[in-house]
Amino acid sequence: MDNFQQIVFKLKKYWADQGCVIQEPYDGEVGAGTMAPETFLRVLGPDPYRVAYVQPSRRPADGRYGENPNRLYKHQQLQVILKPSPDNVIDLYLKSLEAIGIDLSKHDIKFEEDNWESPTLGAWGVGWQVMLDGLEITQFTYFQQCGGVDLDLVPAELTYGLERLTAFLQVTDSVYDIEWAPKTSYANVRFADELQYSVYNFEMADVETLWKLFDLHEQEAQRLLTLYPKSTEKRRFPLLPAYDHVLKCSHLFNTLDSRGAISVTERVGVIARVRKLAVGVAQAWVDQQQEATAA
Amino acid sequence: MSLPFLLEIGSEEIPDWMIPGALENLRSLFEEMLTKAGLTTPSVTVEGTPRRLVLRAEGLPERQSDAEELVSGPAKSAPPAAVAGFAKKQGIAVESLAVQSTPKGDYYCYTKKVAGQPVSRILAGALPDLILKIYFPKTMYWTGKTGPRFIRPIRWIVALLGGEVVPFEIAGVPSGNTSRGHRILGQPSIPVTHETYETVLRDNFVLLSAATRREKIRKEIAALYTHPKPDSTLEDTLVYLTEFPTAILGNFDPQFLELPKEVLITVMKHHQKNFSVEDGKGDLAPHFIAVMNIADDPEGLVRRGNERVLRARFNDARFFWDADQRKKLADRLPDLANVTFQAKLGSYLAKTDRMIDLVRQLGGDDFAIRAAQLSKCDLTTELVKEFTELQGVIGGLYARAQGEPEEVAQAIYDHYKPASMEDSIPTTRAGQLVSLADKLDTLRGCFAIGMVPTGSRDPFALRRATQGVVKILVEGKLPLSLSELLNNDRQLQEFVLDRVRYYFKDVRGYKYDEVNAVLASGWDNLVDVEKRLTAVQAVRPTENFEPLAASFKRIQNILRQAQFTGEGQGILSGLLEPGPEADLYSDFERVRCEASNLDYQRALETIASLRPKVDLFFDKVLVNAPDPTVRQNRLALLHAIRTESSTIADFSEIVTNS
Repeated sequence: MDNFQQIVFKLKKYWADQGCVIQEPYDGEVGAGTMAPETFLRVLGPDPYRVAYVQPSRRPADGRYGENPNRLYKHQQLQVILKPSPDNVIDLYLKSLEAIGIDLSKHDIKFEEDNWESPTLGAWGVGWQVMLDGLEITQFTYFQQCGGVDLDLVPAELTYGLERLTAFLQVTDSVYDIEWAPKTSYANVRFADELQYSVYNFEMADVETLWKLFDLHEQEAQRLLTLYPKSTEKRRFPLLPAYDHVLKCSHLFNTLDSRGAISVTERVGVIARVRKLAVGVAQAWVDQQQEATAA
Repeated sequence: MSLPFLLEIGSEEIPDWMIPGALENLRSLFEEMLTKAGLTTPSVTVEGTPRRLVLRAEGLPERQSDAEELVSGPAKSAPPAAVAGFAKKQGIAVESLAVQSTPKGDYYCYTKKVAGQPVSRILAGALPDLILKIYFPKTMYWTGKTGPRFIRPIRWIVALLGGEVVPFEIAGVPSGNTSRGHRILGQPSIPVTHETYETVLRDNFVLLSAATRREKIRKEIAALYTHPKPDSTLEDTLVYLTEFPTAILGNFDPQFLELPKEVLITVMKHHQKNFSVEDGKGDLAPHFIAVMNIADDPEGLVRRGNERVLRARFNDARFFWDADQRKKLADRLPDLANVTFQAKLGSYLAKTDRMIDLVRQLGGDDFAIRAAQLSKCDLTTELVKEFTELQGVIGGLYARAQGEPEEVAQAIYDHYKPASMEDSIPTTRAGQLVSLADKLDTLRGCFAIGMVPTGSRDPFALRRATQGVVKILVEGKLPLSLSELLNNDRQLQEFVLDRVRYYFKDVRGYKYDEVNAVLASGWDNLVDVEKRLTAVQAVRPTENFEPLAASFKRIQNILRQAQFTGEGQGILSGLLEPGPEADLYSDFERVRCEASNLDYQRALETIASLRPKVDLFFDKVLVNAPDPTVRQNRLALLHAIRTESSTIADFSEIVTNS
């Protein structure tokens, strides 16, 4: 039976064979693989692209001190973007399941409607949650809009929940019992993160400091976005670093939220602040790509 | 020769709940198209699965019949050049033009012969637009942002008229005669004909007919377990989520039965789309039924997979239940300050305070007030965050587990009821009052800030809330003043009146004119409205009622024409003419005296007994008497008669044949 890392290897190999660039994770905190620039920015514009990467995704409110067998502060997604989506995209996806040893003729696969929307990113798409014997293993989305921009080419986004998938294949009831590598369990690798980040996010994060950080990152992103239209050499303009600051804001917002530090009246407003930055970066990015093509 | 037509739109998985509507829409679009093309509508049937929308028609002709079209040209008096131009445009000689006489004068005209087109060409021209016109609540584009929109990408199209393909293309997909089987079990490419279509699909694990899939699910469930819990909503979902449904029985650890059955059922039904089952005594049994989209599960892999998911979900629920007990509901009240109800209407804590006041005004006892106070506290619990559809229910269960009085627990449990027009109202008076207070507060608040539902936009489900209010007031027999409950807000009253009418008419089945008649006499107290409606309904079939209603309409017209207001106008008996007029008056005096002491039905019967005298009056007496005082006196008499029943119903609203 395959361990966690073998399953990851096989999926990466499979998608590499389908022409995907195999990327390493985005090196900052994100709540989902969608937020990484390899998805959020790459789906914009007219250039085809195929990419796959594992993205550790942090959701402070989902932490359970390592006590709950199914909930994690940080889980790992395999994120695949096929832009534009090929006609046989569902067949390709099903074959990826066969590649990790799932005999589809012996299992029950269902595509159940599930439309994805991220108010913070000004993004939405339609698609399904893919159910395997009653377990949601993948989110399948045809992106329609990102950063408030209609997409020229419609990408298919496949997001595999790697812990769930592995627990299914290894027949374990707790993610912590997953075999990550020979003689090494998921708990060996990750338990400390789950415990310590839960303590930090729910009990010890300093609210005042986090707000200060939020403001600083927001100011820096906003400063860059204000400068962009005036820039004479658009191709050199650092929009990617601006987006880093947007992602920082998003993560700080999530942490403040799990800390219970955002009141109801503030909440909607803070989401709008982050969205404004994300939409700003997306629009500037589309413009920058056009400049680059024209040059 | 008459031909069969087959259309199969092959799509990626269409959301189950949209399929029946899309099929009906496809059928009517197709029939409309045929009618427009002058083709008689043959028998059209539709069927669908998640991957295909299918339309079949029998008896289409090969060609449209030839037609004649009259083309009007210039007036006979027009210059010859214009006439020649017209003839040229029609491709004929001037001598061939005919002249047509119209009321405006004589005009040249030409009867054009239009040859009937082959039906295949008509279909090929119409189908691409027609298919993309099928209504879906949310559509997508997939070939690029200027591309066509559909519910999901179209991947293949079968279009056969007789033995021939009707050629067209949508989003780069050409029509053909090749279908596809079940995603996993069937062949990816299967040539079909009209005769073989359904059996070939069957051989490829696609049961085309929804009725067949439903029947298979029902039969297998019945064979698997003696006490299944029928659930037609879930059945509908599964029928349209599968092409080859097969039911299997799974088990869970009986120790989970300690969890509230509401939670277990929600997990099974809403999250896992499993049927729950009962033991012989009607209690939940530790089994479930799943419906797969494959033919069998010989090794039990699918069953075990489903069992594990359920176990994980139940473990979660138990984890949340235990975690939630660390903080009592009452201690959660201050936390509601951090849960928004609506940006402008404040937090749930503010809403709770308003609900407590309302329950007090409605005459709630201490139990009801306590229930209102705790009603929203479950919004901060883990279990409700996980199972939002169980808000209220969870609060009730926690209240019971935490030693609140049973009356309080039950009222919290029920306070979102009725969830629909079919659902029952809260069982206890306290529950009814808390539910009313909750809904009234939402209605008043939303209307006060201008959040009024328009068309299909009703984000706060105010229509449902209003229906709940109406249902509780009537079925809970609560004689409360609606206008006071509605803050005397005119717009809100209009909105509620609309729902009151809907409730009595569509839910309770009263005739629309009876509802109009009764509501015209006031609707402040809905319990009273129902009593009056019952009375009108009972008296309606009696022989005097409808004729009297017709007379009342006549009376109303007479009074209106005379601009009679009736103000300060008594009836002077001395002015009454002996005979029919005086007889009517004395009979009316008798009725007035009797009716005041009777229930609505008897009162209406008594009033109806006036009918012969009214008829005779109209027959023999001239209302419009030359003497103005006599005339005024007669009008006053008619006015008094009309007014007599007006507290029960406005008879002039009754639709009569006479």
